Amino acid sequence: MKKLKFSLSRTERGVKRSYAVDFVMYGLLLVLGIIMVIPFVFAISNALKPLSEFFYFPPRIRVENPTLENFKDLFRLMSDSWVPFSRYIFNTVFITVVGTAGHIILSSMCAYALAKHNFPGKNWIFGLIVTSLMFRGEVTTIPSFMVFSKLHLINSYSSYILPALSSTLGLYLMKQFMEQMVPNEILESARMDGAGEFYVFWKMAMPMVKPAWLTLMMLSVQNLWNLGSTTYIRSEELKTLNYALQQILTGGIARSGTAAAAMVLMMIVPIIIFIFSQSNIVETMSTSGMKD
Amino acid sequence: MKKKEKRNLKQYMGRLWHDMKVHRTSYLFIAPYCILFFIFTVLPVLMSIALSFTSFNILEPPKFVGFSNYFRLFFTDSIFTEKAIGNTFVIALIVGPVGYILCLMLAWMLNELPHILRTILTVVFYAPTIAGNVYMIFQYLFNNDSQGYINAMLIRYGIIQKPILWFQDEKYMLGLIIAIALWTSIGTTFLSFIAGLQGIPKQYYEAGAIDGVKNRWQELYYITLPSMKPQLMFGAVMSITGGFGVGSIVTALCGLPSTNYAAHTVMNHLEDYGNVRFEMGYASAIATLLFIIMVASNKIIQRLLSKVGE
Repeated sequence: MKKLKFSLSRTERGVKRSYAVDFVMYGLLLVLGIIMVIPFVFAISNALKPLSEFFYFPPRIRVENPTLENFKDLFRLMSDSWVPFSRYIFNTVFITVVGTAGHIILSSMCAYALAKHNFPGKNWIFGLIVTSLMFRGEVTTIPSFMVFSKLHLINSYSSYILPALSSTLGLYLMKQFMEQMVPNEILESARMDGAGEFYVFWKMAMPMVKPAWLTLMMLSVQNLWNLGSTTYIRSEELKTLNYALQQILTGGIARSGTAAAAMVLMMIVPIIIFIFSQSNIVETMSTSGMKD
Repeated sequence: MKKKEKRNLKQYMGRLWHDMKVHRTSYLFIAPYCILFFIFTVLPVLMSIALSFTSFNILEPPKFVGFSNYFRLFFTDSIFTEKAIGNTFVIALIVGPVGYILCLMLAWMLNELPHILRTILTVVFYAPTIAGNVYMIFQYLFNNDSQGYINAMLIRYGIIQKPILWFQDEKYMLGLIIAIALWTSIGTTFLSFIAGLQGIPKQYYEAGAIDGVKNRWQELYYITLPSMKPQLMFGAVMSITGGFGVGSIVTALCGLPSTNYAAHTVMNHLEDYGNVRFEMGYASAIATLLFIIMVASNKIIQRLLSKVGE
């Protein structure tokens, strides 16, 4: 298996670097880093603020008496909502888990055939997939709604899950990774030993592309976990966590602590997943390149 | 002559059919994904194109009206021609290229850092993309009243006298939307660049130094960029698509429609006609146009990028 070396220490590199430029660059990085982080710091500080501190003028970022009151409030507020709060949590977790697992399996199967088989129509299908990377799904909301209603998918979990299964970015990355990282010889020798094609795919190719399926997992979780209100869902019992939390955001200043707590809860899950899969994702992206 | 052609076609079809039968396992592998892909991606695009030539309000069956939706879009819809198109291009031309260059710059600078620091900063820069709609935080930062952080600061230092209605004032809306879109633009492109940079063998740099590459700017232009060209192409696709797709941020922060349509994008126009006014034929024309703009600009940029380092 081709393995990329990810260790380039600066002394090994070719030309000399001037310290002045280094200084400017690190300064710039630091400034940009701070700009990126400020909104997050702000959300976390609001989430930990007691109500009284919200009325300080001028408002401060530093919290004097940090409290978990907002998180408790969030759960209290949610426990007397119309639909039990646990239902929203269940919905989001269910959609995310099923959608992500399905997406990884379906797109790996398709990516495997596109990367390692040679069949009529293959390039044509891959061309379509690359083209679909070039526009946003939102462009087709109207016809999508008609398709959903014809298939009787309105107001069901499938309306969240089915489109997510065929997300194209995941398939694209998986195909590129398989093509470059899975050697044909290994697959060939397994076939010679009489292994069926599905066995070769599942037992040979799949274990070799672990970084890629972690990447697909991250992209899919990021997408499904953050799903909010859609026109496809009518009944309250099927709505998502993000939808429920969005409702709090409209509550004005008295609710800003609770809203910030909700925001922190929502973003923490995908961020943690990203932190743990980060190096695998970067490895997958190394094969993401597009040929002209 | 004709007979021969016919036989050739027949032979060709026969061979194709034979090939397809030989590869039936391949089709089994791609079938589940491809069926969903056709239903949820390809079919809606085709339907959108077809509907754009009709007048359709969901209740009555679509009626064919030729190009009249497009005529209306270009000649009588002044909100579209004067606001939406302009705003969309301003946003796309800033968010796309600036976001792209920002991604490249960040990735390039991060590449020289020690591993731990690089990991932390990667998470920091990518966080706005994964964290879903955290951009709602900006609603608090730029709150309208004097409790908003930015207003409070500006008032405190005497720069302004009374709070600014950030997301309602035509003067600030577009700028703010661009800044926030940029904040969320360090996405897949950035990750792809980091990976591309890490994959360049260090021998290239050593060889470059021997061949007379003098400083890191030359190194960047002659060695780094050409070696990561495939990633540059992929990143361009992601950035352009992102730039033209700015719409939900506008709706979430400025409302639909935004004051005097000052931040109205084609995406918002589509939302307005599709989800609010239910003029589906017309909305489909907008969607088709946006689709063509996105794909065409991608193709053009790809053509240009393929010349990098040549």
